Amino acid sequence: MFKNKDRYLSFLLVLPSILAVMIFIYGFIGWSIRVSLSKWKGLTPNFEWAGLKNYIDLFSDPRFMVDIRNTVIFTVVFVVGCIVVGFLLAVMLDQGLKGEAFFRTLFLFPMAISFIVTGVVWRWLMNPATGSRMSGLNLLFSYLNLDFLINNWHTTPTWGIAAVALAAIWQMSGYTMALYLAGLRSIPLELREAAQIDGASELQIYRYVILPILTPVTLSVLIILGHISLKVFDLIIAMAGKQLALDVPAIYMWQTTFDGLFYARGAAIATLLLISVAVLIVPYMWFTLRSEKQL
Amino acid sequence: MKTKSLRTGKNWLYGPLIFMSIFYLLPMYVMLVTGFKPFEEVDLKTMWALPRHIAFDNYVEAFRHLAPSLRNSFVMVIPATIISSFLGSINGYVLAKWKFKGADVIFPLILFGMFIPYQSILIPLVQFMKSVNLTGIPGLILTHVIYGIPITTLTFRNYYASLPQELIEAARIDGASMLGVYRWILLPISIPSFVVVLIWQFTSAWNDFLFAVVLTGNTQWPITVALNNMAGSQIIAWNVQMAGSLLAALPTLLVYLFLGQYFLRGLLAGSLKG
Repeated sequence: MFKNKDRYLSFLLVLPSILAVMIFIYGFIGWSIRVSLSKWKGLTPNFEWAGLKNYIDLFSDPRFMVDIRNTVIFTVVFVVGCIVVGFLLAVMLDQGLKGEAFFRTLFLFPMAISFIVTGVVWRWLMNPATGSRMSGLNLLFSYLNLDFLINNWHTTPTWGIAAVALAAIWQMSGYTMALYLAGLRSIPLELREAAQIDGASELQIYRYVILPILTPVTLSVLIILGHISLKVFDLIIAMAGKQLALDVPAIYMWQTTFDGLFYARGAAIATLLLISVAVLIVPYMWFTLRSEKQL
Repeated sequence: MKTKSLRTGKNWLYGPLIFMSIFYLLPMYVMLVTGFKPFEEVDLKTMWALPRHIAFDNYVEAFRHLAPSLRNSFVMVIPATIISSFLGSINGYVLAKWKFKGADVIFPLILFGMFIPYQSILIPLVQFMKSVNLTGIPGLILTHVIYGIPITTLTFRNYYASLPQELIEAARIDGASMLGVYRWILLPISIPSFVVVLIWQFTSAWNDFLFAVVLTGNTQWPITVALNNMAGSQIIAWNVQMAGSLLAALPTLLVYLFLGQYFLRGLLAGSLKG
């Protein structure tokens, strides 16, 4: 019943966007991959073939090994922290307490703020100075007689990145809560009532009824947060500058490309980042879009 | 009606909830009390104390440093937000109601662009922008419009797909054209989706750092880059940095406070759960 003229017109309307996506996303990804297989180092582009050399070099590069270790620590602390905090908050807010909307708004507001602002403020909160120069959270712990909590935060060797993850948890646990809350709200009340009638305690209901139903939400949360932690960049820059101890692949890529002009290596890091994100996201998109179609 | 037995005797929950509220508010507290202290009261050792006198020294000083970049951010974010919202709305309309052959393949391809680490397009992007002489704010606007296509298209497509096809067909029987249906039927009822997308794009463009830092020079820095450089310099005191952070966060915070529900819908859409 649609006229052909309208069909062409509709296609013409989305054509600019499709072309933009094809060029600026897929074309540029292809271009990046090509750069990663080249010898380009310096101001002028050099596409001379280098094969996989840039990738092989990365895996014997001590700095890249630090990056991988930091990414793993960051990801584990950040994802587990967000899930635990987010889930518990969601469960508490699902009890029909007065003031629920207030708490929800409060827990979610850090999502509106940039990682840069978060990083700048948390840098001062996590000031590692000691003695009479003590400040920030350490000072607060000392006021509260919680001296055992005083620590060096992001300047701790090896584990410093976990302190950065703490700031990231502050920023994104509210978002995790929102995802779980949406999941909890979609569970029919009858299901809980039925379990109650069967004599299940509330803890049992959460453990054996609600948690299994929320598995798909947990999976989404894992994937969304996991891919965010692979990309973490601005937060670390704002908290720690370009300290080698807190280096991650995204920062290495940026520095080696735009400060060091080693474009080929930068592109190789970027490609590895893309692959690791795609491994998480592509199956996720596939399942999400497929289940949407079945509805 | 909620089951009583599940919902009573839960008042102890206010304990952990208030504890967590303090956790979320700590950085805000420090930002605010530091900002309102006069210079002579500022001291890292008394960072948790309330100001004894209220002053605006820190905000004035921070604003003096950041005013040009706040202006740059607004000049960049407003057009980027408006253009990408309209683009997303048109795309969403066509992909939901005028599926052409291959639309089901195109849509996931567009969507994937939402998740990619932008490092993987950064080198070609910078080269391209230099070669067409689109550096600075105009280049940044174009970048936000293009990389905003996935999320804006997704939000509108999901909304339009939820509308019954009969709505479109009825209008067409009355003689409306493809664009007529959009202009007179869909556009008026998609205001809430526009609010969601406008907020989302405003927030992500305002908060972006990566594109800004590679595409702009120091006269065109948006607020995130300027604030980061301010924080990295040894010259500017921490109290001014705190005040500057609040200035940088204020626009998106206000949007969140007044339009939180729409913000949340954008967040859920961004995880494909909207």
